[in-house]
Amino acid sequence: MTIYGLKVLVVDDEIAIQRFLRVALNGQGFIVSEANTGQAALQAITLNRPDLVILDLGLPDMDGIEVTRRTREWSKVPIIILSVREQEDDKIAALDAGADDYLTKPFGMGELLARIRTVLRRQSTVSSEPVITIGGLVVDLANRLVTMNGAEVQLTPTEYDILRLLVTNAGKVLTNRQLLKQVWGDGYDDLHILRVNVSNLRHKLEPDPSRPTYIHTEPGVGYRLKSLL
Amino acid sequence: MNSRPDPDELLKTIQAEEPARGKLKIFLGYAAGVGKTYAMLEAAHQRQEQGVDVVIGYIETHGRKDTEALVNGLEILSRRQVEYHDIKLPELNADAVIKRHPQLVLIDEFAHTNAPGSRHPKRYMDVNDILDAGIDVYTTLNVQHLESMNDVVAQVTGVVVRETVPDRVLDEASEIEVIDLPPDELLNRFQEGKVYVPDQAQRAVEKFFRKGNLSALREMSLRRAAERVDTQMRNYMRTRAIQGPWGVAERLLVCVSPSPLSEKLVRTTRRLSDELNAEWFAVHVNLTSKPELNPANVERAAKTMQLAEELGARTRTLTGRSIPETVLAYAKKHNVTKIVVGKPIHPRWMEMLSGSIVDQLIYASGDIDIYVINEQPDLKPTKIPEELRPHQPYRRYLFALFMVVLTTFIGHFFHTKLEPVNLVMLYLVSTVVAAIYLGRGPALLTSFLGVLAFDFFLVPPYLTLAVSDTEYFITFIGLFLVSLVVSTLTARTQEQAEAAIQREAHTSALYTLGKDLTSATDLHQVAEIVINHISHGFGRDAVIFLPESGKLKMYAATAGYVPDANEMAVATWSFEHDQPAGLGTDTLPAASLRCQPLKTARGQIGVLGIHSKEDGKSLSPDQRQTFFSFANQAALAVERASLAEQARQAELLQATEKLQTALLNSISHDLRTPLVSITGALSSLREESLNINQEDRKSLLETAYGEAERLNRLVGNLLNMTRLEANAIHLRLEPCDIQDAIGAALDQLEERLGKKPIVVTIPEGLPLVSLDFALFGQVLVNVIDNAIKYSPKDTQIEINVTETDEEIDIQISDRGIGIPEEDLEKVFDKFYRVSRPESVNGTGLGLAICKGIIETIGGKISAANREGSGTVITITLPKVSES
Repeated sequence: MTIYGLKVLVVDDEIAIQRFLRVALNGQGFIVSEANTGQAALQAITLNRPDLVILDLGLPDMDGIEVTRRTREWSKVPIIILSVREQEDDKIAALDAGADDYLTKPFGMGELLARIRTVLRRQSTVSSEPVITIGGLVVDLANRLVTMNGAEVQLTPTEYDILRLLVTNAGKVLTNRQLLKQVWGDGYDDLHILRVNVSNLRHKLEPDPSRPTYIHTEPGVGYRLKSLL
Repeated sequence: MNSRPDPDELLKTIQAEEPARGKLKIFLGYAAGVGKTYAMLEAAHQRQEQGVDVVIGYIETHGRKDTEALVNGLEILSRRQVEYHDIKLPELNADAVIKRHPQLVLIDEFAHTNAPGSRHPKRYMDVNDILDAGIDVYTTLNVQHLESMNDVVAQVTGVVVRETVPDRVLDEASEIEVIDLPPDELLNRFQEGKVYVPDQAQRAVEKFFRKGNLSALREMSLRRAAERVDTQMRNYMRTRAIQGPWGVAERLLVCVSPSPLSEKLVRTTRRLSDELNAEWFAVHVNLTSKPELNPANVERAAKTMQLAEELGARTRTLTGRSIPETVLAYAKKHNVTKIVVGKPIHPRWMEMLSGSIVDQLIYASGDIDIYVINEQPDLKPTKIPEELRPHQPYRRYLFALFMVVLTTFIGHFFHTKLEPVNLVMLYLVSTVVAAIYLGRGPALLTSFLGVLAFDFFLVPPYLTLAVSDTEYFITFIGLFLVSLVVSTLTARTQEQAEAAIQREAHTSALYTLGKDLTSATDLHQVAEIVINHISHGFGRDAVIFLPESGKLKMYAATAGYVPDANEMAVATWSFEHDQPAGLGTDTLPAASLRCQPLKTARGQIGVLGIHSKEDGKSLSPDQRQTFFSFANQAALAVERASLAEQARQAELLQATEKLQTALLNSISHDLRTPLVSITGALSSLREESLNINQEDRKSLLETAYGEAERLNRLVGNLLNMTRLEANAIHLRLEPCDIQDAIGAALDQLEERLGKKPIVVTIPEGLPLVSLDFALFGQVLVNVIDNAIKYSPKDTQIEINVTETDEEIDIQISDRGIGIPEEDLEKVFDKFYRVSRPESVNGTGLGLAICKGIIETIGGKISAANREGSGTVITITLPKVSES
């Protein structure tokens, strides 16, 4: 996967942040354009069709979550949220609105670049590969077969559904609500059952369930399958 | 001899000279018409010319032209109109005076009695208020209105003066001017009609205005004034330690009994003490062997004692087994030189039986002189008020009669079978029964009638009062005497039992109040308990007023009762003047609320009120005493509670101050240190002349980045703390897998953990716990981070989860240096950091935040030291909402 020449739209009203993002992303080979209001961002997304949007939540004219929601009405462009808001409610709201990832300011550039790479890779591999391999974990989507270090792992249908969602969105945080909705269907919000299933899944997959290496918990938000090991 | 001024005396004199209170000048005359008002007005004009702000508070010119002329040119304050029986009575308006606040106010007729419904019954009390407000007062007074002169004047002139002022008022006056006029001249003026006399009193006044009377009064007023001058002189000499011509200080003691005549004794002693310039004591003895049971007597003795106090005595109620012994013991202890007692008025034979107190006193007095004063009844002996007479329903006597008839019937039935001597026993029984159940009078009636009936019906010859055998007379006398003794004893026992019951009720009421109050921790509870006890104990509404920012406000009251504005005024007056007020007192007696100031050693702290529900009946003496004791207890409790409250506030304030200081320190140090490093590193990199090599560059950048992260952590912690303190954290409870939470925490700490060994032990099948996952995760991160920070690199951290029926314990143990025992509690305090080598830095907020969060969730967190070395932090979570 090459990132050279990909267009990134940075939406932030802080000049200092825009500046260092531009320097760092240019250095990585991205073509960077900027917007400092929600309106300008929506316009730029429509006109320039960027390959990636880095979006601040606290914009002067409208909330970043609103920008995400309007964008998602017609576009699947990956959106990474950068925000000083660290409350779980904000993260969940952004992710549920359709953001691909959420990073709390202040952040390390290394972390941001890793997230960008994950998002872009997922974009390019979505539903094209029938077999996904992450470390020792191999999930054969076509045959509903899961192996860990070569040994087959027996999963219940629910556990498999959860794993499938996590694997196909590897690297992305899936909120509890998204998981519940997609596995159990609309109107189902019993977190209890999700927790129990994830716990079981971990016991079957993880070498040490107390220090999981595959399925990570984002406290208060949801789960994420580590994409690279 | 020690000739240094006595500090106490000095202080007293200085207090008398204290300018804060207004000065009182009394124009003292001996009769109406001597020209007091005129003299006062003249003096006022002089003062006004000197530039003093003078107003007239109340002046009666009685239509005298020359006096009226003097009123001109002085500001006159409006009077208060009090309506009484459709008549409008003008009264001094003390409030208006205080509001106008002149330097000097003129108020005529010092001894005037105010119209009913006024705040104070007497004008001199109003004047007292005005003086308290720092206003000087000129007033006029006739000598016969002085309390101690009252009875002498009555004896001399035959006129009883009702309007009196206590003698101490005269003593407290800064200045006295005697307005003198020879009696002949006054009589001339009187005959010329220049002396104002109300029409209805014409005859009485004519009787009064005789030369003999006037001369006597004149002498009295002159003597009284002379005495005062003498006293002032002595005071002067005393303050300057001048050895005076006076001999050994005399000290008088007067014995007060419940007798209505004691009042006269007290007045006499006051005069005696004035003449001798002696200190005097008034003593009342409660006998333990024969306690005073009649409430009327108790009340009268208390009143006499109060009078003595008003007249300047030091009063003391003593308890002892015999009056002479107790009095003499007290007298000797206080170096009393003379004891004043009343001449006994009992018949001689009674004294021979019980021994005369006077004789005993004289016998044992030693150095002390005994003055025996003739206790002649006054012109008008105090009447016992109607309601205080013993209750004597005639039915009891009817019952007694019926019993005698019944006994006689029974006796008649048996008289053929029994000897008359044994039939007497029947009458004896009926007498005893009457004594027990009907009281003393009916018992006596029973015994008397019994003797008659016995003689008439059962002793031969029957149906006559004649007696055949004279031996029966002995039987009669025996029966009568036995009845008398039995009934007296029984009645006495009965009375004592009743008194004991009452005392018991009083004591137990106080006891339960005291007991309940000890359990009260705050002011609110104290108030509630006091209110409850009074409401139940007295069957009346109770209310507590406490000052709030200088103004008295209702603090608590019986449910449904709210004091009205009048009652508020009573309470306020009581509070400001530190005296009882309202129903049954001297001040505002028309109110239906009785107020008692709550007083402690530190001054008055509030007012306790009791409100009679509808009948407007004041409290009985017994109830009053209980109420007084309640007020004392309540005062102590309220004080205790408010002191505790203050202490809490102070502690809180101190804690806040400490927090602020700590916060400032923390901000200045912890926020700046990373900034120093970051700025230093970055500015070094920017400086091209420095020629930093690649390796150093990298190291500088690492430093800057690390410090930035540290700064971020600190800011995060401060924000979290602020949220916790502001209660701005909204819990998002969700079922939570403890294992998951620990995993997530370790995940976040991955970098900091490095290769440090961690052992996690979690039992199988641990239930989910309802928690705020994110907050709880943060707690785990903070605690584990501490464990990493404070333990050597390669030592192991253990996380142990255990489960009981109701709780889940999570123990995070390290092998660090541990926490000093005395700091184990404090480590959870904000900005508290165990003194440690400088190598470890932290904000002192981490554990405080943990504690805040865990407590918000409903759990507990504690620290302990491990055996060997290291620390264990235990987090206990309730398992409640697992279902």
